[in-house]
Amino acid sequence: MKKLKQIWHWIDDRSGFSEIFMPLIKHPVPPGAKWSYVFGSATLFCLVLQVITGVALSLLYQPSSSGAYQSLQFITHQAAFGRILRGIHYFGASAMIVMVGIHMIRVYITAAYKYPREMAWISGVILLFLTIAMGFTGQLLRWDSNGVWSSVVAAEQLGRVPFIGKWLARLLLGGDTLGGHSLSRFYSYHVFIIPAIVFLFIGYHLMLVIRNGISEPPKAGRPVDPKTYRQWYKDMLKKSGVPFWPYAAWRDLLFGALVIIAIIGLAVAFGPPELTQPPNPAMVYATPKPDWYMLSIFSLFALMPPQIESYMIVIGPLLTIIILLALPFISNKGERSPIRRPWAIFGSGCVVIFVFSLFLLGEQSDWSPKFKAKPLAPSAVGNKDPEVVHGAALFYKKGCLYCHRIGDNGGTKGPDLSHIYSRLSESEIKVRIVNGGPDMPAYGGILSKKEIDEVIAFLKSRK
Amino acid sequence: MNEDKTDERRRAFLVKLSVGVAGLSAAIAGIPVLSALLGPLLEKTPRLWRKVGNVSTFKIGDTKRVIFENADPENWAGVTARSAAWLRRDSENKFTAFSANCTHLGCPVRWEADAELFMCPCHGGVYYKDGTVAAGPPPKSLVQYPVRITKDQVEILTSPIPITNITA
Repeated sequence: MKKLKQIWHWIDDRSGFSEIFMPLIKHPVPPGAKWSYVFGSATLFCLVLQVITGVALSLLYQPSSSGAYQSLQFITHQAAFGRILRGIHYFGASAMIVMVGIHMIRVYITAAYKYPREMAWISGVILLFLTIAMGFTGQLLRWDSNGVWSSVVAAEQLGRVPFIGKWLARLLLGGDTLGGHSLSRFYSYHVFIIPAIVFLFIGYHLMLVIRNGISEPPKAGRPVDPKTYRQWYKDMLKKSGVPFWPYAAWRDLLFGALVIIAIIGLAVAFGPPELTQPPNPAMVYATPKPDWYMLSIFSLFALMPPQIESYMIVIGPLLTIIILLALPFISNKGERSPIRRPWAIFGSGCVVIFVFSLFLLGEQSDWSPKFKAKPLAPSAVGNKDPEVVHGAALFYKKGCLYCHRIGDNGGTKGPDLSHIYSRLSESEIKVRIVNGGPDMPAYGGILSKKEIDEVIAFLKSRK
Repeated sequence: MNEDKTDERRRAFLVKLSVGVAGLSAAIAGIPVLSALLGPLLEKTPRLWRKVGNVSTFKIGDTKRVIFENADPENWAGVTARSAAWLRRDSENKFTAFSANCTHLGCPVRWEADAELFMCPCHGGVYYKDGTVAAGPPPKSLVQYPVRITKDQVEILTSPIPITNITA
């Protein structure tokens, strides 16, 4: 035992471990930093989990446009624990996005971005966007038809950037179409380039925690004054600070461990998202949809007025970044307590509700034609008149049912037409069918006069 | 005193020299690195006419999905080297080829033959049979690819994925 101790002392002395790291591990923190402070470190725990499972996946994955799909099938269905490994990486990404979100809202609501922690906020904003970029590029590496079409969607968005849009799209895809270079590039973005930048900024973000200390829990009526804050903070730590390890760190460790256990539990229970069709851009019968954390943006694209959309694809993200980066410059002093900043709570609440509503709308995707709609059964038509029966058949064949509901069948893009005749007159219905509407094709050139009459007869039969 | 001054000058020169040489070495190493990164902008993809079928296999008035290989695909591209287009035979000798990419965000549009409409699954874009927008968010008509007939073979010119710009 004594010998071992001696050996350790030798190693510690020559390596300088205690001398370098002990002050970091034991640095004093404000006493009241409790459970609301665990989300930043939980994000870090998720990142470590992502790095480790990512490295493990790279041992099994083929980063080539032609081989990736098969290797993913292998990982998911054949490799020992491969399904769970992919599952952990998927749920780990989800958890990281959730933790980043909560961490950021906590920092905003308690105004921890104020003096002297402006740079922590700014590097945090950059890390937020890098995390989203990691999530998205990871989705592309799931090289199935969804991955292929998601990359085209991303290229189209970059294409809206003025002047250099086409070049950016070409750089993303590795050419002017998908091909051999595409996946190699996505792999490099996801595995080398973005992680390198992430590590850089996380190192800086953490360095700032040591440099400025973590923000003390806010108290109403104790505003931040840049002139006196640093001295006050120093005195406060001297008087009542507690060492980070173990007095504050045990909560981080416990919560982080619980998050990781939850991620593994979800991975075991649900597994990773199943692969869709092979990555063949010629397979046009695909219904691309992003992972849940991109769904809100997906919905926004469907719901924005088309006239401004091309501009908003560029201006929207730019404006969001500028506003977020500008925040600590707009207000870097004064009250930090949420009780004295009700608008901050109201604003964050609005953003959360907005994003969540868009997510729910994206889950339903009412705007997409329902290609899976089945022809109307005789029982649903409920009328034997040949004109009505023809009309019902046309209602399906001509695609009306993709967007309109009849009873419990059909899409939800347009209004439910189950009882349309009780709302509109025959001539009004005819005008709509022939001329279409703001979001409906004009069927005047598609249906013959007789066919229009038959469709109307069908709709009329359903008073 | 005099000696010190010479020393200072010498040191300043050596500092400049070392920073300069280091910068030069970084710049030289950077050339191939940046070439790899910006490669897609430096290479020009050729455009080729690809056969998509005998004229007689297309019925007048019908719109069919055709598949062709991109120009100059890499050996390791696998199925990603393929592209699709919607090809319609308008008359005896006239064909129209539509890109399968929605002009909104590039999702794959499908031709609904009975409804005579192109429909996009992503955000509900709909186009008439001539490719003009019928409903939904697309900002412009479907893009058309050049088509020609050579010795009874219909040929499509390989084209970039159409990228919609901000002014569309």
